[in-house]
Amino acid sequence: MRRPLTLKDHHHEQRIFGVRLVVGVFLVLLLTGILVSRMIWLQVFEHSRYTTLSDNNRVQTQAVSPPRGLITDRDGIILAENRPDFSLEVIIEQTRDLDALLVEVARLVELDEGDLERFEKRRRAARRPWEPVPLRGRLTEEEIARLVVNQHRLQGLRISADPVRHYPHDILFSHVIGYVNRINAQDLDNMTLDQQRDYAGTHFYGRTGIERFYEDQLHGQVGYRQVETNARGRILRVLEEQPPVPGQDLRLRLSMRVQQAAYDALGERRGAVVAIDPRDGSVLAFVSRPGFNPNLFVTGISHKDYSAYRTDHDNPLFNRALQGRYPPGSTIKPMLGLAGLDTGVTNWQRSIRDPGFYQLENDPHRYRDWKRWGHGRVDLHLAVVQSCDTYFYDMGFKLGIDNMHDYMSQFSLGQPTGIDLDSESKGLMPSKQWKKAFRNSPWFHGDTINASIGQGFVLATPLQLATATATVASHGKTVIPTLAGERQPVERTDLLLKDESNWDKMTNAMVDVTGPKGTARIMAVDAQYPIAAKSGTAQVFSVGQDETYKEEELAERMLDHALMVSFAPADKPAIAVGVLVENGRHGGSTAGPVARQVMDAWLLNDEGELDVPAVFSDTGPAGTDTPPSTPDDSDEDSQ
Amino acid sequence: MSQREFFRQMPGQTGASLSPGLAERLHLDAPLLAALMLLMLGGLTVLYSAGGESMELVIRQCIRFGAGLTAMFVLAQFPPRSYRFWAPVIYTIGLVLLMLVLVAGTEAKGAQRWLSIPGLGRFQPSEVMKLAVPAMVAWYFSERNLPPKLIDVLGAMVLLGLPAMLIGLQPDLGTAILIAASGLVVLFMAGLSWRLIAVAVIVVVTAAPLMYFFVMHDYQRNRVDTFLNPEADPRGTGWNIIQSKTAIGSGGIDGKGWLDGTQSRLDFLPESSTDFILAVLSEEFGLIGVCVLLIMYLVIVGRGFFISWQAQDTFSRLLGSSLIMTFFIYVFVNIGMVTGLLPVVGVPLPLVSYGGTSIVTLLASFGMLMSIQTHRRLISY
Repeated sequence: MRRPLTLKDHHHEQRIFGVRLVVGVFLVLLLTGILVSRMIWLQVFEHSRYTTLSDNNRVQTQAVSPPRGLITDRDGIILAENRPDFSLEVIIEQTRDLDALLVEVARLVELDEGDLERFEKRRRAARRPWEPVPLRGRLTEEEIARLVVNQHRLQGLRISADPVRHYPHDILFSHVIGYVNRINAQDLDNMTLDQQRDYAGTHFYGRTGIERFYEDQLHGQVGYRQVETNARGRILRVLEEQPPVPGQDLRLRLSMRVQQAAYDALGERRGAVVAIDPRDGSVLAFVSRPGFNPNLFVTGISHKDYSAYRTDHDNPLFNRALQGRYPPGSTIKPMLGLAGLDTGVTNWQRSIRDPGFYQLENDPHRYRDWKRWGHGRVDLHLAVVQSCDTYFYDMGFKLGIDNMHDYMSQFSLGQPTGIDLDSESKGLMPSKQWKKAFRNSPWFHGDTINASIGQGFVLATPLQLATATATVASHGKTVIPTLAGERQPVERTDLLLKDESNWDKMTNAMVDVTGPKGTARIMAVDAQYPIAAKSGTAQVFSVGQDETYKEEELAERMLDHALMVSFAPADKPAIAVGVLVENGRHGGSTAGPVARQVMDAWLLNDEGELDVPAVFSDTGPAGTDTPPSTPDDSDEDSQ
Repeated sequence: MSQREFFRQMPGQTGASLSPGLAERLHLDAPLLAALMLLMLGGLTVLYSAGGESMELVIRQCIRFGAGLTAMFVLAQFPPRSYRFWAPVIYTIGLVLLMLVLVAGTEAKGAQRWLSIPGLGRFQPSEVMKLAVPAMVAWYFSERNLPPKLIDVLGAMVLLGLPAMLIGLQPDLGTAILIAASGLVVLFMAGLSWRLIAVAVIVVVTAAPLMYFFVMHDYQRNRVDTFLNPEADPRGTGWNIIQSKTAIGSGGIDGKGWLDGTQSRLDFLPESSTDFILAVLSEEFGLIGVCVLLIMYLVIVGRGFFISWQAQDTFSRLLGSSLIMTFFIYVFVNIGMVTGLLPVVGVPLPLVSYGGTSIVTLLASFGMLMSIQTHRRLISY
């Protein structure tokens, strides 16, 4: 290789360098230009887009749940309220090691299997991201203190003080007020979009009873809060706030006093009591025993408690008043009698001779009266007073099942009463079509005869019996049992009898039921007001096949159900009561006194004097709680 | 003597004569130093906000600046000919250290970059090579006639390729590319023929996809994927660039105000005090702030070009222009990546980003530029 021995040409090199330097400067300016145009693109042309993105980053809209409306009785006594409850929640997204955290927490506060089980279930259920998952409710002060001291080691854990529904009279109203419990994804799925928005911040949802039926009113409207958060979701400040609209308070037409009396009167027996003011349909008492403690359900019932309720043979979760279908027995005789009168099948003068049984022509079968040797000569009045079965076999057969069905429907038997509660059972008032459709069998005469003493296919709920009685008390005016608010629309119309005097005549017969010769004489002893009543006894003809009972229990549960319908004061009715005592044997002696105590609670004042309360008014609590400042001072003068 | 040469030797025409006296005697270039100080001061202001008003961060950065300025001052005292003399030695030592790193280096974040020397602590040999490689290539060409012949070009390619490859194996692709670039700049300044440049561009463009599929590590490939489509994984790998662009874009023309940038202050912007500090500046000071910053960089780069132009020998010219061009490449790559023009390669914004040995290295390189400027003889030869 040849290497020319030339000196370095410095000027030439410098010239080349100079050119390259100029190119370099040009390149630098070009690249700077690119950067500047990129910046202008981002900061000027795309500015608004990125401003939105930036605001979306930092600004979060949070829902603020409205306080749930309170529930009171007609006198303003609180039946459902909101109490702060300190609960432990886990924000799963913030935890590092969930299992280790739970072990740590279990060392500080009591966590039972049920807590962990429910936590696990909620954790796996569909939920919003970053939404805290409740771990345990009802923390004690001591537990809170222990948690706070150790908070630095418990990342992802927080203690929240949420208002939680509380029922101060727990078991007393369990089957009428019902309860709320935690809202779940399924509840939200069943809502419209508007509703979902309203439940954005809500933790609880009305599950049964009044809480469910009036959920919309009690819930209120959600509020919003715009907050600035950092990248880890921590709230730094509140930018804007729209307060929630609190749920409406609900004043029930129930009376705490009557409810308590009904509950106490039933005692430890299984049964139901429904009391209705026939003047306006107000439900005064609605009891089903045994009941349950609704407070257990609010923050999540433990598995142990729940299975105890489920396996109890007395079935405390079952709403006997609303859904229990029982043969009404003789309690429907006054209504049947009115049907017989109105159709002309019978009248007050007509009488029959009762040999202790009824027999159809060409049929050897004897339909027996409860009195083996018979009542002798019996007219309608006496048939009601002594509950003569034979009279009603005869009359019912002449009336026919179709007439019976039509008239009984007017008394809401076999029809929904229209009470403001969900899942009402409409009982059963059979007809020929019904038997054809559901039993695929023709109607027999025997079916009619059984139905005419409230047996056979006929089934009614205690609520229906009370409603039917209230209808008698109101002389056929449609009674819609109402717990709160507006009456629900029903298909029934007022029952107009061809002879209006039959109402009073039937009432007289029912008053004599509580008279010295009547079947319910026990219940009217020392009463300050006339009571119209009709007792009933319903045969228990079957026991569930897959249920097992102990020997002595079996015997007890085979006994007849005791029933009683009544209203008072008979001349100016202000209360109608339906009572059912399961396996109570005799309506008159078992169910009667229960009904009497309920009526006393409503009709008598504290001094034991007759003091019929006014009809429920929407404007405010009436009766005993009315302040003395009202200008109604005539009473004071007379004293 | 050409007319230009004549004027250049006239007193009063040189940069140094603008600031006679103390700076001259300390071998410091006053205009360059002033521009650097201004930039660092501005950088500290942004850092204070980016670090969440942490004075501690600012003080630690000041300590690094102090160390860097010391290195700058020391290096400025040596005349360029001593760099030229020591370049091959330091380059060779650096090469050996790079090999040592691969064998005995300390691992951090999946890459071996650090070398622990007992008693001296840890340091990154690649930082030394940022200065040694341009010096070495400049030395190589100062020994040869320019423009370089093909064989010389190949020689230079080996000189810059070897350390780049070793650093790339650590793996630290960003630094490898920047070091290779500093050598390539020397090649360009030495007068690499345009035809070769054109060939090289074509080769790179065709080789890029092959690199992607056969050479790159997974994490590097991810970065490229993210660069091409950051929205594909907005919560994961795309997060940085989306948040960065959001910060910049929401800043607008006049910004949200100092200490008021929500993206960085509320922790949406990751690496806000280091690689992505420009996003903080853009968010809080807007387009105006960005332009001021770019002007500062242009002043520094311009002064660097001026010094290179005035340099009296080939080695100084090539070294000076390479150092200043590399500095600009840093600026361009960082801003490019933060604004989504380039993939995220982990290059800090020079003298503004927090931390790293890069601050010391950068200021040291300005010391070398000042040496070139202040050790000129009035009559060159």
